[in-house]
Amino acid sequence: MTTAAPHDVPHTVQAGTPDLAARFPGLVAPDERSGYSGWIVTADHLVQVATALRDEFGYDLLSSVTGVDYLPEGKMEVVYHAFKTTGGPGICFKVQTGRDDPQVPSLVSVYPGAELQEREAWDLLGIKFTGHPDLRRILMWEGFNGHPLRKDWQEPYYEDEAKPFKSRSPEGHVYRFEDRNPFGDNVRYPEDFDPEKWTPENPEDLLYKSLKTYQAESPDGIETDHIVVNMGPQHPSTHGVFRFVVALDGEKIVNLKPVMGYLHRNHEKIGERNTYLMNMPYTDRLDYLSPMSNNFAYALTVEKLMGITPPERAEYIRVIMAELTRIANHCMCIGSLLNDLGAFFTPMIYLLEERDLILDVFEATAGSRMMVNYFRFGGVARDIPEDALEKIKGLAFERLPRILDEMDRLMSENEILRARGIGQGVLTAEDAIRYSATGPLLRGSGVPYDIRRADPYSIYDRFEFDIPVGKNGDIYDRYIIRLEEMRQSVRIIQQALKQMPEGPVMVGKPQYQFRPPVGESYGRVEGPKGELGFYIVSNGKPTPWRYHVRAPSFINLTAFGPMCVGQKVADTVAILGSIDIVLGEVDR
Amino acid sequence: MSENELNSPGYDIPPELQGQVAITTLDRLYNWGRRSSVWPLMFGLACCAIEMIVSQASRYDLSRFGMEVMRPSPRQSDLLLISGTVTKKMVPLLVRLYNQMPEPKYVVAMGACASGGGPFKEGYNVVSGIDRYLPVDVYIPGCPPTPQALINGLIRLQEKIDKQSIKQVPWYRKEPIEAIPIPILGPDLIDPRKIPQIKNRKAQEG
Repeated sequence: MTTAAPHDVPHTVQAGTPDLAARFPGLVAPDERSGYSGWIVTADHLVQVATALRDEFGYDLLSSVTGVDYLPEGKMEVVYHAFKTTGGPGICFKVQTGRDDPQVPSLVSVYPGAELQEREAWDLLGIKFTGHPDLRRILMWEGFNGHPLRKDWQEPYYEDEAKPFKSRSPEGHVYRFEDRNPFGDNVRYPEDFDPEKWTPENPEDLLYKSLKTYQAESPDGIETDHIVVNMGPQHPSTHGVFRFVVALDGEKIVNLKPVMGYLHRNHEKIGERNTYLMNMPYTDRLDYLSPMSNNFAYALTVEKLMGITPPERAEYIRVIMAELTRIANHCMCIGSLLNDLGAFFTPMIYLLEERDLILDVFEATAGSRMMVNYFRFGGVARDIPEDALEKIKGLAFERLPRILDEMDRLMSENEILRARGIGQGVLTAEDAIRYSATGPLLRGSGVPYDIRRADPYSIYDRFEFDIPVGKNGDIYDRYIIRLEEMRQSVRIIQQALKQMPEGPVMVGKPQYQFRPPVGESYGRVEGPKGELGFYIVSNGKPTPWRYHVRAPSFINLTAFGPMCVGQKVADTVAILGSIDIVLGEVDR
Repeated sequence: MSENELNSPGYDIPPELQGQVAITTLDRLYNWGRRSSVWPLMFGLACCAIEMIVSQASRYDLSRFGMEVMRPSPRQSDLLLISGTVTKKMVPLLVRLYNQMPEPKYVVAMGACASGGGPFKEGYNVVSGIDRYLPVDVYIPGCPPTPQALINGLIRLQEKIDKQSIKQVPWYRKEPIEAIPIPILGPDLIDPRKIPQIKNRKAQEG
């Protein structure tokens, strides 16, 4: 049951985007596969085209870089999505290469924000980016066998290409995965692997080598070197299991490398075996502080692929839930930022109280405090119950505006926050764009880029709200912006509550399994942490062929190292707190 | 020694001393002190850690049970709360943290992932439950467990502590307690205890 592809038309240049084929004849060709859009660039000219896109056409923000393994065609493809920080639709360009030894020129020289994402594509798909300054594995460890997201790579508990697994359904046999694995565990070793003859290499060696910036010899012949300090993954201020390594000259930081993957739970590999709807609860666990927003982005992406739109009431419920999530997330973020600065747990307790009130609404509506699994393709799972709606009204019109003013009085003039926040961890507007920062981190640096305004999705074009922008790009600005964003979210919720019509919350019958038309889709929302995007490739089967998450916390970390250089170790904690990361999303 | 025997001293207090003297067993006193001051390691792994933080805050207030002092150092803590998915990259560090904790120490597996892999079990980088490496005292179901469920699990741990006897606890024996061998990151995660099995797998598979 394939429906006709909504965009099954001859390739035309999307309105408002440049015609690259005319600008680069012979080097760029339109992507003419059915359901696809964008441009295919020859690998040799990628850097040239990207430079022109950035300098001539103004696509200064490289949002997403990811790879796709087209196993049947024997090709690897790297997909880039770039946007203008002045707003408008984005542009998508791709590079194709062979599967055996995939090599693509690195774009780090043009868009430094590609650094971590290219490392991820190397780690998970084995695509070599020539010219990348530091191409190491990022989520798995050095020495891991294989590149897991390749379509012919099978995990140790591999059972079948796609769910529902035939062994379970329809017969309903249930057994434990472990019983089928020769080691009774989730492991697999290469055929000729002998642990007694194997000499372990230290997986950290490459990391420490990449940190070395200089080795000077003083005139009296004594060698000097930097001090290397590890922080995390077990550290109370890393917001989870994040780790970073700093090289110190005295007390000053000269280099900082983030190390991640300690919570890499294989979201994308599992997602490519799941049916589309099965992925919805997994998205909750990405950024577990703002599950509604994750649901929103995923639902939008699949709806774009299927060509359906939810009914009016569902749109309003979505906006209300997404904005409530933003408030809950910023409560947690500001609370833990103040925690890190030394105001231990007092602001946190105040803010967690408000967060709990919002979670009560989620629990009444979706059935769970944190893992809501609330959005569906074409609507939401159920309507807001009457008493929960009353609670939202009480929060939006009465409690939250008052509490936010109180928080402002309590914290904004706080000496600790001002002394450690003002002028610290500065990220200039140019750097923020270069490092592909989004969300409060980008706006704190003075770039008024909010997807709700720049490229409106859902019904955000109907509401009046301001986009708070910082001046100095320091820690304090990011804090103020989050506080102000909460106020704006309250404003949006107030308007949405007044305008919300009655009606159904779901278009058509709920579908548990469906086959979207062949094609690709990139959907994004302004999540509380930044631009949350999903890139999905469908080959017409009930499971996605490629399922990629453009995680804002992950990409915002690209700017973390440069921001910390020149600061003290104690400031890294505050800077990290002001970026606001969640490890579920960083590592996925 | 049965629980009843453990907790009743078997002496009557003479009437003239009632209200002034209390008689209890050493076990009960010892366990009362330990169960009312469980110091968890301040260490969150994933989503469950957020519910752990919320349990500490005003609405649920874990300090009612004497468990609010979270220590960032394993040397000062006696409860390892595994609050989230354990990945292969993380498990060597977790085992090391456990080995660094002084006895008496307890492990609580919070949530589906820590108990058995949970929704991410099939993932290539996920350990199917922390109990493959560490001895777990209490499992708390849920994804994530609500703060109430967490508190319930910790009360179960207190009940477990109540049943221990100073005469039998392993940390007062003469023989040393063996540290758990730390897993190695090779082409895949290698459990040192399984090296012979990995070596001889051809024989086993055949």
